[in-house]
Amino acid sequence: MSILRPYGDTTGDGMVQISFTLPMPHSKVAEGAAAQLANKMGMEPALVVHAKPMGPDFTFFVVYGRVQHLVDTSQVTVVEREYPLLAPKEVNLAIRKGMRRRLTVVGGCIGTDAHTVGIDAILNIKGFAGEKGLEYYREIRVVNLGAQVSVPQLVAKAREEKADAVLVSQVVTQRDAHILNTKEMSAAFRESYPSDKRPLMVVGGPRFDETMAADLGVDRVFSRGTTPGEVASYLTYRLVTSRHEAVAR
Amino acid sequence: MTTTSRRTTKKLDLDPATVRRARSLARKAGKPIVDLAQRHTTVSVERATLRLAGLQGADADGIPWVNRLLDAVRGDVGLEHGIALPVWDALVRGEADDVSVLAQKASAGSVRFRVPEGRDLVRARAAARRQVGAGIKRVDARRRERERLVKRYGDPDHQPWIYLIVATGDIYEDMPQAQQAAREGADIIAVIRSTGQSLLDYVPEGATREGFAGTYATQENFRLMRAALDESSKELGRYVRLTNYASGLCMPEIAALAGLERLDMMLNDSMYGILFRDINPIRTFVDQRFSRQVHARAGIVINTGEDNYLTTADAVEAAHTVTVSQLLNEYFAKEAGLGDWQLGLGHAFEINPDIPDSFRMELAHALLARELFPKAPLKWMPPTRHMTGDVFRGYMLDAFFNLVGTLTGQGILLVGMMTEAVVTPWLSDRDLALQNVRYVMNAAGNLHEDFVPRPDGYIVQRANQVLAEAIDLLEQILAHESRTGLLDAIADGTFGLMKRPADGGKGLDGVARKAAGYFNPATEILDGER
Repeated sequence: MSILRPYGDTTGDGMVQISFTLPMPHSKVAEGAAAQLANKMGMEPALVVHAKPMGPDFTFFVVYGRVQHLVDTSQVTVVEREYPLLAPKEVNLAIRKGMRRRLTVVGGCIGTDAHTVGIDAILNIKGFAGEKGLEYYREIRVVNLGAQVSVPQLVAKAREEKADAVLVSQVVTQRDAHILNTKEMSAAFRESYPSDKRPLMVVGGPRFDETMAADLGVDRVFSRGTTPGEVASYLTYRLVTSRHEAVAR
Repeated sequence: MTTTSRRTTKKLDLDPATVRRARSLARKAGKPIVDLAQRHTTVSVERATLRLAGLQGADADGIPWVNRLLDAVRGDVGLEHGIALPVWDALVRGEADDVSVLAQKASAGSVRFRVPEGRDLVRARAAARRQVGAGIKRVDARRRERERLVKRYGDPDHQPWIYLIVATGDIYEDMPQAQQAAREGADIIAVIRSTGQSLLDYVPEGATREGFAGTYATQENFRLMRAALDESSKELGRYVRLTNYASGLCMPEIAALAGLERLDMMLNDSMYGILFRDINPIRTFVDQRFSRQVHARAGIVINTGEDNYLTTADAVEAAHTVTVSQLLNEYFAKEAGLGDWQLGLGHAFEINPDIPDSFRMELAHALLARELFPKAPLKWMPPTRHMTGDVFRGYMLDAFFNLVGTLTGQGILLVGMMTEAVVTPWLSDRDLALQNVRYVMNAAGNLHEDFVPRPDGYIVQRANQVLAEAIDLLEQILAHESRTGLLDAIADGTFGLMKRPADGGKGLDGVARKAAGYFNPATEILDGER
């Protein structure tokens, strides 16, 4: 069962359908070029069922054909996210059931960085990549401190608001300032909180690498392209679900 | 759009007394907000005044001179008297030859500002009026230029007008893409702004080649794109319109730049910044009023953002919040001098397609907007929330969206992409999307003539129900204890589920209550025209 071919209408027929555009005017040659591309992608025979000019310089194709390739499901490797991806409703439900109060997130940009693009994409209701920000989640209380927040301010605010998690973004940085700032922040939180009471520390930004969390002394690093839903799911996993599992064990 | 013929006749049998009541409640809710706006000014209103006076450019750090000059004046005499008197008093005193040199000297700290009195006051006021008045005359000239070009090249010969988005981040990539989109049939090109520009308290300068998921709105980018579309208008024999965003912390300045560079439409919602960007409510309403006055003067069509409510709240349960917002946007727009033909009131096709009768409800909501605002060119926005990545299903949803658009006489149709939520649109996505629009418009033809909902049927009942809920909500807003019930409603999460208190949000430090002798030649001219 681990060796498979795509399925059109008969087991083992290997049929697939693709569409693409070539940057050339529509002609017999263009259709031949489309078939050639399909052949090179492993489709044999390839049937160019639709070719349509899009303006003078482009042609759009739909191609059906049989692929020669097999897939072996026993050889598939995937990098698993350590947390399950949840829809906003599931996040809300998990928090309501697991915490019986709202989850408080304090966020901001530390250091001299005035670019709140990152933190706003995650926190503002407007969100990012079609996903609503954390403000949208009924069970998450968001305190967005905005730009140029000092580390002592951040710590003080986190204490005042009884933050469950602290989110920090760093977009524009010079000479690895984002790394120094983050280390300063994590040290400050460790100093002012007993270890079992410390809020979850999450940093994000395009210059960060997701493997750097331990080095930086934070709980999680998110890099470029992270969406609010991923952050919300992670927070729920760390602060609600995995804690409950730990207790149950 | 003045010539737009309204094809739909009355189909919903809305009770005229109920409609009048809805409008009168919106006016009651809006009036105290206008009064509040008139009592305050903001840093951005004052900087827009400097821009109208011709102050352009930025210092070596990229900070615009309007920001530098405003900060210097504010440091000396505060914001509450307005920027005009201290600046033109300094110019009359001979501190600098012109406002650019003054800005440079001021940011070097070599000018002291004061609020003039007596004869100095009279002279400063006259000089400010002259120079800001010349800027408004430039806006007027750009409006006449548009009218001339529309006459020469003509408007689209179909309804709704087709609105397409470009946004590469690089203005030099945007231009050929916009020209290609126009060739493919777009009547209106919108350049999406870079993520986060709305929260910058300055307008970036010059042509820009990098942005996050969009292209910065700058005066130079406006000029370049308008010139590119003027070429397209000539090539295609129809006037291709350009849209950008007058929103965020710099909304008044961007409105002024749009007027100066002959943009044709601007996204400009009375509450969007408050709800979705957490900008301070008072800052927003003050900036809003000024920007709408500029748009009115410049002959720009505004597009409001009601579609956004439905991306956060449920499109069935929250349908009436769209109607309430449309009524408020209409009141605020007309109060600021905009005509019906300039009101691109927004709404969207966002009902969950899995629920029964979703299409009937979409028709009901779209017809309600059409008949409530019979003379406005409504802006009809495509599905986004229920686009899943299944591009085939998305293509079908967009076709149904297009059908509602043509059946209910929408004025502006934002073309939906089947790859919404997957990738930024490919060349082929745009082509397929336009085929979809053309097919539906052509196949449906004048179907709207035959489409008359049954008088006591589902569609008529649903539309009347939404209108009744809208009236209830307006009454709730007015039932708040304070006079500015709308501010309380915004604070308690009535719109889009967002709670925004009047003393919170970004940009509050840029708001000042006007002093007794406050003077602003731009608002004086713009207020005076009505």
